[in-house]
Amino acid sequence: MTGAAATLLRFEPVAANDGHFVRVQNVDKTFSSRGGTLKAIDNVSLDLHEGEFLSIVGPSGCGKSTLMMMVAGLSPVTSGQITIKGEKVTRPYTDVGVVFQRDALLEWRTVLDNVLLQIDVRRLRRADYEPAARELLERVGLAGFENSYPWELSGGMRQRVSLCRGLIHNPSLLLMDEPFGALDALTREQMNLDLQRIWMETRKTMLFITHSIWEAIFLADHVLVMTPRPGRIAAVIKIDLPRPRRLAVRESAQFGRYAAMIREQFQAFGLLKEL
Amino acid sequence: MADIVTSPETIEKKLPLRARIGIYVYPTATALFIFIVWEAVTRAGWVSSFILPAPSIIIATSFQNLPLLLEMSATTAAEFLLGFGLSVAIGLPLGALVVYARPVELAIYPLLVAFQTLPKAAIAPIFIVWLGTGITSKVLIAFSIAFFPIVIDTVVGLRSAQPETIHLVRSMGGSPFQVFWYVRFPNALPAIFAGLKVASTLAVVGAIVGEFVSSDRGLGYLVLVANGELKTPLVFACVLTLTVLGIIFYFFVEQLEKFVVRWHVSSRQIETVGTY
Repeated sequence: MTGAAATLLRFEPVAANDGHFVRVQNVDKTFSSRGGTLKAIDNVSLDLHEGEFLSIVGPSGCGKSTLMMMVAGLSPVTSGQITIKGEKVTRPYTDVGVVFQRDALLEWRTVLDNVLLQIDVRRLRRADYEPAARELLERVGLAGFENSYPWELSGGMRQRVSLCRGLIHNPSLLLMDEPFGALDALTREQMNLDLQRIWMETRKTMLFITHSIWEAIFLADHVLVMTPRPGRIAAVIKIDLPRPRRLAVRESAQFGRYAAMIREQFQAFGLLKEL
Repeated sequence: MADIVTSPETIEKKLPLRARIGIYVYPTATALFIFIVWEAVTRAGWVSSFILPAPSIIIATSFQNLPLLLEMSATTAAEFLLGFGLSVAIGLPLGALVVYARPVELAIYPLLVAFQTLPKAAIAPIFIVWLGTGITSKVLIAFSIAFFPIVIDTVVGLRSAQPETIHLVRSMGGSPFQVFWYVRFPNALPAIFAGLKVASTLAVVGAIVGEFVSSDRGLGYLVLVANGELKTPLVFACVLTLTVLGIIFYFFVEQLEKFVVRWHVSSRQIETVGTY
């Protein structure tokens, strides 16, 4: 990345800090409906350090998304507490970029305006961020599409716009909920490489939710494995693979061991049955 | 970056000329065919002119009575335009209130649905008793028929926003008003316009119903008078004028829609006619 761009985007590596960035302590989440109550999250605690990439992997319906919604302050905890930078989360936390599985682009806004939605809602000056928005779009291969509408783009391109929108205001935390889940395998691999590059350039704290074992390992410093509902933490696995990781790392013995550890967890839940 | 994308230039935005002309040619040809058969049937003397006048006679009558028809049109147009305007002015905020204020929803929504099942033509005489035979009663009858689809479609539209987009704006620190302004309202526009288009035709019906019940001017009034005098061609001339008025009005609403929600699926024309 050029120096000018670094200043423009203020993507400075975050200084190493022993402090917890996100701290989830004994959090429960129960949904009540007419049919009764449903426990989605059961006594989950986790620490996310500054500049760390944490993947959460778990079966569908294990409460991964609910956990992310609670970290973002978009959904209240039933009990326990979540703190970010030592402050208790009681309302939407705003120093954050959020990327969902559905790209959540606004169909009536152009690609550039979708990225700048972040700036409009925050009542910041568009002129200050437009060059950075164009630069971000260019870096994810969307140069020339600034004035296109979302419906003119493919699924992978749309999700890239969504990623740019999550980064444009330079948040210290990026929350991603299965962002590449709806993409085809090839595009998904490319997006993983792109995301790794962005993380290495910016060293933002990232929480990444996925149900793909290899995606979780490929990107993360730590992989957190969750049980089926009610979601509990089954294991935390430290991923010790040098970066930048290439796609071929998946064929390495070490990667295979990590994958086996996670798969064994899933087998223990009775989720995977061979033969 | 290695990626498989199409360049913006390859995305076709307009239908080719041949397809665009077809949009007009086909319906015109169908209409012409019907008129020719109609003309032939009446000229052959199979149907009496005072039961079904030939299209040529209707058009001739329209031109002979043009000043009268225009004068009556002005009254009727004022009635349905004001009725429609009132429907929009009350229907849109009411729809938003139903979505945003739970007590309003509980208190008003069921009554609204009940009111809709009421045949408005049947209560039109009451409006006349309350408000007199002038324009006010017609405007209110047009309003009472036209405002319901606007309220319903506004409610449906405002509720149809993708939850993620709302979460997103909230995570940006957006206020409920910003959620409305940036997400819910623009997202509701296609549904709102669907309601407006239905309402635009219903408002015309309302104005005519009002005139039928009691009036001393307007195209509906002229239909009654001409019918009473067995001037069937003039009745048809009134119907023709009403149709033209209705089409012009609908056209304006549709053009406004095309301008405001040009991003919507219904406005996209990306099919190309290819050759194999």
